Amino acid sequence: MTTLNRRSLMKGVGAAATLSMIASTARAEDKVKIGFIFLGPIGDYGWTWAHNKGREAIDAALGDKVETIYVENVMEDASAVPVIRDLAQQGCKLIFTTSYGYMDQTLEVAKEFPDVKFEHCTGFKRADNVSTYNSKFHEGRAVLGTIAGKMSKSGTLGYLGSYKVPEVVLGVNSFCLSAQRMNPAATVKLVLIDSWFDPPKEAAATETLINLGCDIVTTHTDSPGPLQILEQKGLHGFGQGADMSSFAPNAHLTAIEDIWGPYYVARAQAIVDGTWASTDTWDGMKEGTVVISPYSAAVPADVAAEADKVQAGYKDGSFDIFTGPIYDQDGTLRVKEGEVMSLADLAVIDWFVKGVESAS
Amino acid sequence: MSPDFIIAAIMTVVGLTTPILLAGLGELVVEKAGVLNLGVEGMMLMGAISGFAVTVFTFNPWLGVLGAAAGGAASSMLFAVLVLQLNSNQVATGLALSIFGTGLSSLIGLSFTGRIVIPFTSVFPDALAKHPLFEVIFGYSPIVYFALFMVPAVGWFLKSTRAGLILRAVGENDHSAHSIGYSVIGVRYAAIAFGGAMAGIGGAYFSMVITPMWAEKMTAGRGWIALALVVFAGWRSGRLLVSAYFFGILMALELYAKASGFSVVPSQFWAAMPYLMTVVALTFISARGNAGSNAPACLGKPFLPSN
Repeated sequence: MTTLNRRSLMKGVGAAATLSMIASTARAEDKVKIGFIFLGPIGDYGWTWAHNKGREAIDAALGDKVETIYVENVMEDASAVPVIRDLAQQGCKLIFTTSYGYMDQTLEVAKEFPDVKFEHCTGFKRADNVSTYNSKFHEGRAVLGTIAGKMSKSGTLGYLGSYKVPEVVLGVNSFCLSAQRMNPAATVKLVLIDSWFDPPKEAAATETLINLGCDIVTTHTDSPGPLQILEQKGLHGFGQGADMSSFAPNAHLTAIEDIWGPYYVARAQAIVDGTWASTDTWDGMKEGTVVISPYSAAVPADVAAEADKVQAGYKDGSFDIFTGPIYDQDGTLRVKEGEVMSLADLAVIDWFVKGVESAS
Repeated sequence: MSPDFIIAAIMTVVGLTTPILLAGLGELVVEKAGVLNLGVEGMMLMGAISGFAVTVFTFNPWLGVLGAAAGGAASSMLFAVLVLQLNSNQVATGLALSIFGTGLSSLIGLSFTGRIVIPFTSVFPDALAKHPLFEVIFGYSPIVYFALFMVPAVGWFLKSTRAGLILRAVGENDHSAHSIGYSVIGVRYAAIAFGGAMAGIGGAYFSMVITPMWAEKMTAGRGWIALALVVFAGWRSGRLLVSAYFFGILMALELYAKASGFSVVPSQFWAAMPYLMTVVALTFISARGNAGSNAPACLGKPFLPSN
């Protein structure tokens, strides 16, 4: 009865795991292969879902010339290296690594494959064959902060984040400063849960923030779980990465939608044309990378008007939330009156503004 | 601290604890029968998607819970056939079940992504379930009371019933149990099915109660915590209850410490605590030797009748 031994079993398991990990959308040897490394499952309805929409945009626009491959649920540690390398060995000419935590791993593999081009999302290290691209999510956070600051009765807002990385710090600061424009006494309670996707922990953290007096909670993690808690408690929040109103029709005020499609199609086209060059792209509302979903009926007209002003200001370049004076948590003046923080400073920011209550 | 603050905190702890308590109780029975099933995470996910799917189709959360139990038990049977009939390595097969359950639940869940169900909350009248004080007793999903009921039920079964005695005998000395005529394989099948059903209900607590939706990998590693719990509790159901709530309180403390800006102890310390405590417990158990540990003697060993 021991014919199915451990080795043959593990072989089967290994094959099954590989099959489920690597999904290929088309088979044609002459097509240019483009690979994607995804952080979460493509069904997370948030961050990875939005990146996958961008991948699908390549298929739709250039499906006759390129073929896309993706690997989902890739951890942000050393184990990402062989996964990225595997895509390169499979013949991918362009590889998108779509989370901050793949930064050093991307550069490591890029050194081994000088002929393959890499695009790392939200990082700041580049090479001749490594570009970086990012989205000014904080512009969207400014709209959410404006709505939250004006709508909150308690003046205490909750911010549920993942890790203390520049993208999240920018989001927190933008949200807090925007809320304070509407209500100078507004404060933001911050919880970082050390994960991008953990619905039960996101839910418990949301309950905690509510219990500590927050009546509006915004999320910088990827599941709709927090919105469902807010829905059950009759409070409000925002979608992250995609319109999540179907999960919480009453709680969902609006959402920041990440639109990666146009950028991905342009970069894929550059590979096909042979014009790809290493760059650093940081687009926002003006370029259509950050889009605010329609406001829900729960957003009063005067609040919507203020939010629209912020959106218009970012689109025509007349508004920037990171305009001084800005004080940090300790009360130190970080940005002088009238000064605007440079993109270079924003990209590496590691301090929170006054009014943010956090443990780190 | 006002009463409603404390009540809300307690309710968060209960929400964090119930799924790991359910899965842990199931695994405790499996391990008492001498089988180590590391597939808890996969079975929880299978339960989560099964419960959610049945609720979507029937609009009946009670049937949903039954569906979750069936989904968890069905996936555990795959493991059972491999380790009991084919004597495959239990550790490898359990890990395979975790990977398989994660993948299959994602596949089944594809058509359920983006849908929601009405949360399976308290069935008591609102006067009790939404009462500012009594909420702390009556405000939970029936799954919570089921979990609390199962703690003494499992303890009583293992300690005071004939069937429980046989199950423990199979786990302590499979050859002796076999030689006096008990079906080692049959008992282990039943134990594994029970473990699968309990993990499935635990998983459904995520997809039907906390966040009534389906998302791939939504259990986010709770199955592994449930496995650690069983060891931490020294294979005793009463201690499992205490340990599960201890873990739940630690998880909640982490969040409260962070949200209140409490930074005397780094918040990462709280996050690491459950794992740290498990290591400490394991150290104590192994230092005391196998006799005092209450660990089933045949745990993880295949049953190979010598005749």
